[in-house]
Amino acid sequence: MKQRKAEWDVVITPKRKWYSLNLNEVFRYKDLIILFVKRSFNSQYKQTVLGPMWFVINPLLTTFISTLIFGNIAGIQSDGIPYFLFYLVGYTLWNYFSTCVSTTSTTFTANAGIMGKVYFPRLTMPISSVLFAAINMLVIFAMSIITMIIYMLKGCSIHLTLNILLIPILMFQTAILGLGVGIIISSMTTKYRDLAILVSFGLNLWMYLTPVVYPISDLSPKFRTIILLNPMSAIVQNYKFALLGIGDMEIKYWIVSQLTTIVLFLIGVLTFNRVERTFMDTV
Amino acid sequence: MSDTVIKIEGLRKQYRLGTIGGGTLTADLQSWWAKKRGKEDPNTKIGTNCAETGDSFYAIDGIDLEVHKGETIGIIGANGAGKSTLLKLLCRVTAPTEGTIRMKGRIASMLEVGTGFHPELTGRENIYMNGAILGMTKSEIDSKIEEIIDFSECRQFIDTPVKRYSSGMYVKLAFAVAAHLDAEIMIMDEVLAVGDVKFQQKCLGKMENAAAGEGKTVLYVSHNMATIRQLCNRCIVLEHGKIVFDGDVERGIEKYVGLGNVDYKPFYDFSDTKRPSLDHGRTLFVHSLTFENKQQAVYSSLEKMIFSIEYTPNVDDENIGVYFSVVAMDDSPVGTTFSGIIDNSKKGVRTKKTLEFDISNLVDGTYYFYLDVFYTNEFGTFNSCDHPMEKVFFEVGKDASTSQWNKRYFGNIKLPSLKLVGQK
Repeated sequence: MKQRKAEWDVVITPKRKWYSLNLNEVFRYKDLIILFVKRSFNSQYKQTVLGPMWFVINPLLTTFISTLIFGNIAGIQSDGIPYFLFYLVGYTLWNYFSTCVSTTSTTFTANAGIMGKVYFPRLTMPISSVLFAAINMLVIFAMSIITMIIYMLKGCSIHLTLNILLIPILMFQTAILGLGVGIIISSMTTKYRDLAILVSFGLNLWMYLTPVVYPISDLSPKFRTIILLNPMSAIVQNYKFALLGIGDMEIKYWIVSQLTTIVLFLIGVLTFNRVERTFMDTV
Repeated sequence: MSDTVIKIEGLRKQYRLGTIGGGTLTADLQSWWAKKRGKEDPNTKIGTNCAETGDSFYAIDGIDLEVHKGETIGIIGANGAGKSTLLKLLCRVTAPTEGTIRMKGRIASMLEVGTGFHPELTGRENIYMNGAILGMTKSEIDSKIEEIIDFSECRQFIDTPVKRYSSGMYVKLAFAVAAHLDAEIMIMDEVLAVGDVKFQQKCLGKMENAAAGEGKTVLYVSHNMATIRQLCNRCIVLEHGKIVFDGDVERGIEKYVGLGNVDYKPFYDFSDTKRPSLDHGRTLFVHSLTFENKQQAVYSSLEKMIFSIEYTPNVDDENIGVYFSVVAMDDSPVGTTFSGIIDNSKKGVRTKKTLEFDISNLVDGTYYFYLDVFYTNEFGTFNSCDHPMEKVFFEVGKDASTSQWNKRYFGNIKLPSLKLVGQK
């Protein structure tokens, strides 16, 4: 009997075990993930004059505006780092996170057309969104390195240390956290569209709860603890520490943040897994 | 040949009738709050009976099916019979409520052509995209891309964004990708509806080849009986989510078009039957048609069909003739028979005439005709005077000489046999 069962390649049953994730299948569709990324890349700047240059111009503009408003007008401290560099570094991972969340949160609703017609592992969609957002992040990362070198040549006291090796881990954690939060939201938006509206608002609020445009050292100890319990805070702060050497390395909060990331990611994948089978009936 | 590649057991799919929540959390809360206060749900659609909401409905209601390797199965049925739902379940777009489906091999679904086409990407980029969505790897597409481009007949435009394509080109390109999948099971829903006739034929040919030559299994849903007949070697008729027929294609189509349960009645009363125009039945009125010496209008091909008609002319001294076109059950005309002059009309006299029709050329099957009685002059020009709009059915039985007859290729008429002539 067992032998017979193995003969079938696909068995479709009404209920699936909550732990059967079929990650093999996702891996088998890796070409599809790459193509989704390429598709987003190719289609985003088609018929624009500057093309991929926008990858550089966009963050430049955002940083420039922040420098003007938060730095020069509001006069928020920056731990002695030039404003422009401070905001560029602050935005790198935050931007990545918020892009991940906002793009993956529309996975089901935006792709209902495709998904209603053909089967492929649904998880490939959010994964490709996260990978595509990574391109943008890496561009900003490269820009911050260049900016640092320019400031160093100009004689600013910025030093690259070995802590820079922490950065890939931080980037990876951001991706996982963004993916986790994004797919939790996407699983729930199949039924409740309200969430889609709340996402952009929520992300805005979340940004101010994260030390992106202000240094963590400026806060009173009570606020500090609250802010640092937010999983993104430890990431952004440690990133600033690793790259610019400002503030402290928040080991304790980082561990909390890592645990939160893992829990959110698991909840995300499991709900996604539950929803993906029948979301076509409710979307 | 007899390898089972798809096995479906006790499959059911339930949908809820009425609204599935309001779609938003606030609406759901609103409904809940209204219910709590015993008021009418503000989100109920106007006109829906409140008692109906919350009821469920089975789009697929207990299907058991085994499909073998190399079969091409046509799935037919009225709208809402569950054809598309069945295919969706097979393609894993949505999950069943009960039952299991087991499948062997890779499945290529073409529920819609061009899924995942991005208007901004070029034809070539979209081939890769679409192929990957359908489950091909990049290297597989690489090895087939030339073949796909050739098949799509779009080589000239292949590096142009598909948003500039005509709808025909779009479909051709999309179908070309789907047709080149290396899947063992191909599932198609009405995909050939677009594209020109030549391309449709090309696609059907490709599919037939895939099934017969490469041993692929094809499941095909269509309302186009001609393509079902051409492509499929097995037919499933669905009705209200159940399989009501499974087997021979011709019988299946008969069942579907509602001719499967034809009543071969021996007598037709035309006195209340509709006529195509007010003129019909005015100068001559046909009362009835009777198949003589028969309980049922079922004939062996060796028999002669003998029937009589009764009519009353309203004018004097016109030549009366009879003709009808024999039509096969798929509405394709088979041939037409004329009687010549059978009578000279006498006003107001009810007349009965008996006619004989040689059916030895007709291949076995069910046919029907509309009777037409006409006046004709000495030069042969005729003028239809009555044409009762009721199908007269008859069946021709099998005979030994047509046991190998495949109507799809041979047609409905057995032409006079070939004879050897003396050589000089």
